[in-house]
Amino acid sequence: MSRVGKIARRTFLVGSAAIAGGVAFGYYMYKRPAKNPLLDDLAAGEAALTPYVMINAEGITLITPRADSGQGVYSVQAAMIAEELDVDLDQVKVDPGPPSPAYYNTALAEEAAPFRPTNEGFTAESARGMMDVLMKFLGMQVTGGSTTVPDGYEKLRIAGAVARETLKAAAAAETGVPVSQLKTERGAVILPDGTARNYVDLAAKAAEIDPVEKVVLRDPSEWRLMGKPMMRHDILAKSTGTLTYGIDAKIDGMVHAAIKLNPRQGGAMISYDDSAALALPGVQKVIPIKGGVGVIASNTWYAIQGAEAVACDWGPAPFPPEQAQHWEALASSFTAEAQDSQQRNDGDVEAALEGAQVIEAEYRAPYLAHAPLEPISAIVQVTDERVDIWTGTQIPRFVQSNVAKMTGLDADNVHVHVMMMGGSFGHRLEDEVVKQATELAIAMKGTPVKLTYSREEDMIHDFARQIAMGRGRGAVKDGKVHAFDLGIAMPSVVVSQLGRQGLNMPGPDTQIVAGAWEQPFAIPNYRVTGYRAPQLAPISSWRSVGASSNGFLHDGFLDELIHAAGADPMVERIRLCWHEPSRKVLQAVKEMSGWDGFEMGENRGRGVAFTLSFGVPVAEVVEVTNTDRGIKIDKVYVAADVGKIVDPINFDNLVKGGVIWGLGHAINCEITYTDGIVDQTNFHVYEGLRMYQSPQIEVQGLENASKIRGIGEPPVPPAAPALANAIFAATGQRLREMPFNKFIDFV
Amino acid sequence: MKLNVNGADHEVDVDPNMPLLWVLRDELGITGPKYGCGIAQCGACTVHIDGQAVRSCQVAIGDLQGDVTTIEGLGTPDALHAVQAAWVEHQVAQCGYCQSGQIMQAAAMLELNPEPTDADIDAVMSGNLCRCGTYPRIRAAVKTAAANLKGA
Repeated sequence: MSRVGKIARRTFLVGSAAIAGGVAFGYYMYKRPAKNPLLDDLAAGEAALTPYVMINAEGITLITPRADSGQGVYSVQAAMIAEELDVDLDQVKVDPGPPSPAYYNTALAEEAAPFRPTNEGFTAESARGMMDVLMKFLGMQVTGGSTTVPDGYEKLRIAGAVARETLKAAAAAETGVPVSQLKTERGAVILPDGTARNYVDLAAKAAEIDPVEKVVLRDPSEWRLMGKPMMRHDILAKSTGTLTYGIDAKIDGMVHAAIKLNPRQGGAMISYDDSAALALPGVQKVIPIKGGVGVIASNTWYAIQGAEAVACDWGPAPFPPEQAQHWEALASSFTAEAQDSQQRNDGDVEAALEGAQVIEAEYRAPYLAHAPLEPISAIVQVTDERVDIWTGTQIPRFVQSNVAKMTGLDADNVHVHVMMMGGSFGHRLEDEVVKQATELAIAMKGTPVKLTYSREEDMIHDFARQIAMGRGRGAVKDGKVHAFDLGIAMPSVVVSQLGRQGLNMPGPDTQIVAGAWEQPFAIPNYRVTGYRAPQLAPISSWRSVGASSNGFLHDGFLDELIHAAGADPMVERIRLCWHEPSRKVLQAVKEMSGWDGFEMGENRGRGVAFTLSFGVPVAEVVEVTNTDRGIKIDKVYVAADVGKIVDPINFDNLVKGGVIWGLGHAINCEITYTDGIVDQTNFHVYEGLRMYQSPQIEVQGLENASKIRGIGEPPVPPAAPALANAIFAATGQRLREMPFNKFIDFV
Repeated sequence: MKLNVNGADHEVDVDPNMPLLWVLRDELGITGPKYGCGIAQCGACTVHIDGQAVRSCQVAIGDLQGDVTTIEGLGTPDALHAVQAAWVEHQVAQCGYCQSGQIMQAAAMLELNPEPTDADIDAVMSGNLCRCGTYPRIRAAVKTAAANLKGA
């Protein structure tokens, strides 16, 4: 029996509405319902309804408001609706829907609240409730923080169940057969004599009757789709080159554009000379925009050639120009004045370190680019009446309001068409490309302008992952970790990112210590302090955000203390871990890897690491060999607990991808600044992992945690420390700074 | 300039220095080949020229000699090539943006080397970057495709 009855009363008012030739099902929230995004297209009915299911003569459409950048969430969201609606995924269309404040993301707010995800006590739950209200006001239809599954897990299934029960009631009204004798199957209500009444044929009737608001969600044991291997709806298109990504979109009459921006990100353009560019074939026009120029041409390549040919005089960078200055700014932020948070302070660290042999270490994590393989792009068409935008974005609501401000049009007249994305990793949480395309489209009024970034512009003007510095002090006693004191300094990602949207973030930034302060270890004297460095280069959320750096800082230093204590890295972590689901993922990788110590014979070794992030405990064991040609990663074992696995195939793929993401950047990648300009311009100097370095990976998903969680990000943070710890086991060399290839060779 | 793509003849009037990739994408509307780097580092633009895997971002249209096959010409959703069928069976794709190039590279490899070893696969496929990290599934799909082609 699920908790849905209580949830439906507390949070949702379920509804339906007539649309042209059919019906829409969904629900609206709280006392002041958010405005319905599809109202313009609704013939009549409930103004406040937010649809997730639409049925008319054209068929059944499931609305999946979280954006798909490759993580498969269109399929997962559709499956959660279809599970209760009793349709199969080959019978429905999947549509991301328009931007709307009603599609707000409650789970993302939960992640932002400063309570450990292991703490489900009253205070934590009520604070998350407050955040829920806050998020509604912000109206953030944001995809991020591995929140799509937890956010939709109940909402989407309820929407499907309400639709199903209302369609049954419609069939009962039409046929006189009582609802209790009706069944549903493959998009139809089945009468006792076996006759099928299709949902499509019942839609008009369903729109006339009161929706059935009291539904009971099915027990997971009854699921047809969820929890079982699924075929993603986009696999065929992605295997045949027939899927249209944002960069592939074509609008009649459009022109192509490229940009040249001040390479010192955010700096001004003082002057430009476009005479050489205008002499090139295909180039039609050069238009000055904020911080640079846009070049209009008949073909993307002509536009890129044109942009390269514009001679510009650039202003200085609005941040320290040299990389060493950024590290110095972090190094001088470990002060009482710069302290941002200290939410973990168990025992008495100072007393425990007094007189003990103190182990100290400094860790560093560099800036990184997101560099999804599809460079960012946007098509914008501006007329006097409306704006249309075709782009791959995780933040359609912000895009809509920003373009409304730029054009002076009402937001209702700004139409965002969310396109499929060739990766994001957080890159498409920014919308500069849309703003630039809009500047060009305003200058080219009436003509659709397709702006495509070159790879070089994309790398140089990415908003990088934060740099971070960790300073650890610790002590051991009687073969155990006795004191652990970690300070972490970084600029605030949230302040940088929200600042670009004109929003403030009061209070401490939990991302500065995410992946460190909330780790479920019972170290007797245990302190984690966050220090807020000044804002330096502009930064943004990068797959696993704060935990992407802090997992390495925290677990790497923990491993040093465990070795200093002479304890076994696996056994000591399991002994220290008080949180049952977390301990079980450690035990799972212990068994999977046949762990019998960190030593594996000459030149070989294994390391374990653990990070709890986004509420998901993940443990990884990495095995390496130190060969003549460098370190070879032989094998990785991963165990993760998301409470419930919706699609085991997608789960497996995302975990392996997360490990490869974590390892590739730990080994090979950094973004650095010289004269205020990013040094790494393309994949020849920013490779991530290629196949020859990619290890075999074994994955186990556990379901002991009490809440369902997403898996896009949590496998990333433990990958780097597990590798560093394995390299220490094999070579005795302790790596404390990424990328590791600056310090040791890899095969 | 004339070119043959997926069995059809086309004529384009562009700068002869324009890379084949941009002729395909922006002049002919064939968008299966993807732009990822422009400098032959990612492989997303891989097509076949007379059966050989080539980075289309590096071939100036004025220098093109031979017939071009893109992912759209390798197989279609209704008539999959064995490599595409293996990609579907293993559900290789995450974002999928690199997969056109991966599939074209794998198909060309299997033409020359129908029974590649693990080391062969790693050596040939390492020029194709996947930012999502689908390499374990690519390896498995290449092996399935090899087995199916052998049985065919």
